[in-house]
Amino acid sequence: MIKSAYSFATNKEKIENHIIVVWVDNETGVLARVVGLFSGRGYNIDSLAVAMVDKKKNVSRITITTSGTPQVLQQIKLQLGKLVPVHKVADFSRNKKTLIREMVLLKIVSSKNQLNKAKKLCDKYKCILLDKTEKYFVLEVSALEKEIDILIKKLQPLGLVSVSRTGVVAMTKGEEIFKQT
Amino acid sequence: MANLMTGAEIIFKVLEDQGVKHIFGYPGGAVLPIYDELKNHKKIKHILVRHEQGAGHAAEGYARSSGKPGVMLVTSGPGATNAVTALTDAYMDSIPLVCISGQVPTHLIGTDAFQECDTTGITRPCTKHNWLVKDIKKLSLILHKAFEVATTGRPGPVLIDIPKDIQFQKGKYLKPKELKNNNIKTNISFNSQDEDINKAIELIKKSNRPIFYTGGGVINSGPKATQLLRKLISLTGFPITSTLQGLGAYPGNDLQFLGMLGMHGTYEANNAMHDCDLMINVGARFDDRITGKIDEFSPKSKKIHIDIDPSSINKTVKVDLALVGDVKFVLEHLILVLEKKYPNFENSNKQKISAWWSQIEKWRKKNSLGFKNSKQVIKPQFAVQRLYELTKAQDTFITTEVGQHQMWAAQHYKFDKPNRWMTSGGLGTMGYGLPAAIGVQVANPEKLVIDIAGEASVLMTMQEMSTAIQYKLPIKIFILNNEYMGMVRQWQELLHEKNYSESYTAALPDFVKLAEAYGCVGIRANNPDELDEKIVQMLSINKPVIFDCVVDKTENCYPMILSGKPHNQMVLGKQDEDDEISEDGKVLV
Repeated sequence: MIKSAYSFATNKEKIENHIIVVWVDNETGVLARVVGLFSGRGYNIDSLAVAMVDKKKNVSRITITTSGTPQVLQQIKLQLGKLVPVHKVADFSRNKKTLIREMVLLKIVSSKNQLNKAKKLCDKYKCILLDKTEKYFVLEVSALEKEIDILIKKLQPLGLVSVSRTGVVAMTKGEEIFKQT
Repeated sequence: MANLMTGAEIIFKVLEDQGVKHIFGYPGGAVLPIYDELKNHKKIKHILVRHEQGAGHAAEGYARSSGKPGVMLVTSGPGATNAVTALTDAYMDSIPLVCISGQVPTHLIGTDAFQECDTTGITRPCTKHNWLVKDIKKLSLILHKAFEVATTGRPGPVLIDIPKDIQFQKGKYLKPKELKNNNIKTNISFNSQDEDINKAIELIKKSNRPIFYTGGGVINSGPKATQLLRKLISLTGFPITSTLQGLGAYPGNDLQFLGMLGMHGTYEANNAMHDCDLMINVGARFDDRITGKIDEFSPKSKKIHIDIDPSSINKTVKVDLALVGDVKFVLEHLILVLEKKYPNFENSNKQKISAWWSQIEKWRKKNSLGFKNSKQVIKPQFAVQRLYELTKAQDTFITTEVGQHQMWAAQHYKFDKPNRWMTSGGLGTMGYGLPAAIGVQVANPEKLVIDIAGEASVLMTMQEMSTAIQYKLPIKIFILNNEYMGMVRQWQELLHEKNYSESYTAALPDFVKLAEAYGCVGIRANNPDELDEKIVQMLSINKPVIFDCVVDKTENCYPMILSGKPHNQMVLGKQDEDDEISEDGKVLV
C-alpha cells in the first residue's frame, strides 16, 4: 500500500447521466461561475446550452448535461444553488416527462447520389434543407443527442465536412413549470 | 441632484453604516483615491500591514475573535494576488471577510495595464461571491450586498473590485433600507421542521451509544449557539467531541468532553466516533482529517447532521437525518421538544448509556495525549501545557500557525469559551497565526493574545511584527522551535523511510535578536527548568514578544490515525508506530 497523508479512492457508485437546468441573472461572469464550479470540483460537463430567456427579468437559462454518481449529482445541484446569481436549479430526469432536444447543422459536400442518400437519412428527423448547390447541402436536424450521434456516424462516409451542435436543451411536459422546492 | 458623493466617499459611507471600526490594508496606485479619503473618517482605523496576505489573516483573526466581518483593502494586481491565500483560507474555514481591491481604470481593463490582473477571475473560486464595479450607480448597493453575502448563511469571504475611475466618479449613495433584496442567498432560517426534529429526538431517545460531534458551525452561529449546545449536552448527558475549529464551544475541561477528534484527536473521541450508534453532527462537515477512511467511518451509527449549508449534507458521508438550518435555531428546537417530550431525560436515560460511558472511560484511561517528559530538553507538549497553566486564569486568545505545534496546541490548551481559538484548519496556511494574532489584538485590545507558532510557519509572515510594533499590539509569539518543518518531518519519518528531504531549516535567524531588530522583546527558553519563569516574564511585558522555545527536535505528534485507517486503529506513540510499520496484526484496535 502506498503511504499518503490522504485517504485512497474507494468503491465507485454507478454513474448516471442527468440534465441540469439553471436559471441565472444574466450578468458578467455568471457562466464562468457555473462552469468554474464544475471544473473546480471535478464534475463533468457533457454539453452546455445557454441563452437569455427573459429580457425583462434579465434571466438566462443554462442547460447542462452531466454525468456522475448520485452523490455527485446531488452536490452539483446544491453547489449551484449556493451561487449568488443563481435563481433556481432543476434536475430533469431522462424519462417520458421530459422533452429533450438538440439541434445540429450538418454540411455535406459530395456527389448528387451521396447527397440524396444523406438527405434521406436526415428526413427521419424532419430535417430542413437550409442551403444547397449541386455539390453540397446544409441540413438542420433537431433530435435527441444520441440520435444525432448516430446520424453523424452514418453521414461521415457520405461527405460530412462540418458539424455544429447547440447542446442539449430540455423542458418538462405538461402545463406546470418547474418550481424550486 | 444633491448629495452626490465620490466613489471613495461612498465606500467609507458604507463602511460606517456597516459599523466597521477597523480595516486592514496596504496602499497602492489603484486605491489611492480611497486612501486619500481615509483622513476624513476618524471612526475607521486603518491598520497598515506589511504584506496583503497579512491583511487578510489579520482580518480573519479580527472576524473570528469578534464575530464581526473582517475588512481588508488592497491595491490592484499584486495587492489582489497577495490576498488570494487569505481569501481561500477564509473560504475554507467559513470566515466573513470583505475584501475591497482597487483595479485599473475601466478604460484600461483588458489592456494588460500596469498592475492589472483579472482579480474577479482569480478570486472567483475562493470567494462566496465577487463583483467588478463598472458603474458608480451600483457601488453602494454592491458594497452593502457584499457585507450581507459575507455574513449570512454559511459565512465566507467576498471581494469587490473597484476601478480607479469609479473611485473618483460621483454618484448617489443608497442606504441599506433603500436597497432591494436582489436575490441574496439570505440566512436560511430554520422553519420548525417538526417532523424531523421529532425524528431526531426519537433517535436520541433510542440510542445506547450516542455522541455529539461539533464543529466551527457552532462558533459561527454565535454565543447563543454555544449556550444552547452546553444546555443540550447537559440535558442529554451524552459525550461530546469537537473538531479543530469547534474548540471552545464546549469547555475543554468538562468530563463529558472527550477532546478533539480526527487525525490527531484523542483515543476516546475517535473510538467513540467509531463505535457509536448515534452520531449528532452539529455544524461540522465530515472533513477528511476527521473521517479517515470513509468506508469504515463510524459503520454502526445513525447519523444526524445539523448544518446551515445544504451542500454539506451527504457531501462525503451519507447521513440518516439532515437538519438544515442555523445551529442556534435547530438546537433551540431540539431542546424545546426534548424538554417537552422527555422531561428529566438525563436522569431517566442515565442507566441506558452507562455501559457506553464505562467503555469511554476505559478508552480514556489510555491517556492518549500522554507523553514522556524530559528533564534535559523541553518537550513541545509540556511547553503548551505550561503555557496553558500559566495563562488559564486570564481570558486568553490563542492563534496558531500550521503543523505539529498547531496540533499540540489543540490537544493541550483547553478552551472554555468560543472565539478564543483561531487556527487555519481547512486550508492549513502556514503563516496564518502571527497576522491573525494582530487582528485578534486589534479587536480585543486589553486581552492576552498568543500565537502558538512553529519556527518555519512564523517566518512566512514574520514581517507583520513590524505592524504589531507600529500599533503597539502586545501579541506574544510563542515559537516551538525544533528547527524542522515538524509535521513534514513526521510524515517523512513515518511514511517516507526517514528521508528528511528539505524539511530541516538551516540558517534560522536568532529569534531573540530578530525581536530586538523589530523593536520588541525576545526571550529564549532552552530547558524545562527555566520555562515557567520565562513564560511569566513574557506575560509581564506589555509589548510584543517573540518567545523562542527550544524544544525536542524529533518529537512526533500523537495519537495519530495513519492514512487509510479507520478511527479505531490509532497509533498512540513511538512503540505502536514501529509495530504499525512492521506488522498489521499489532495495530491497536
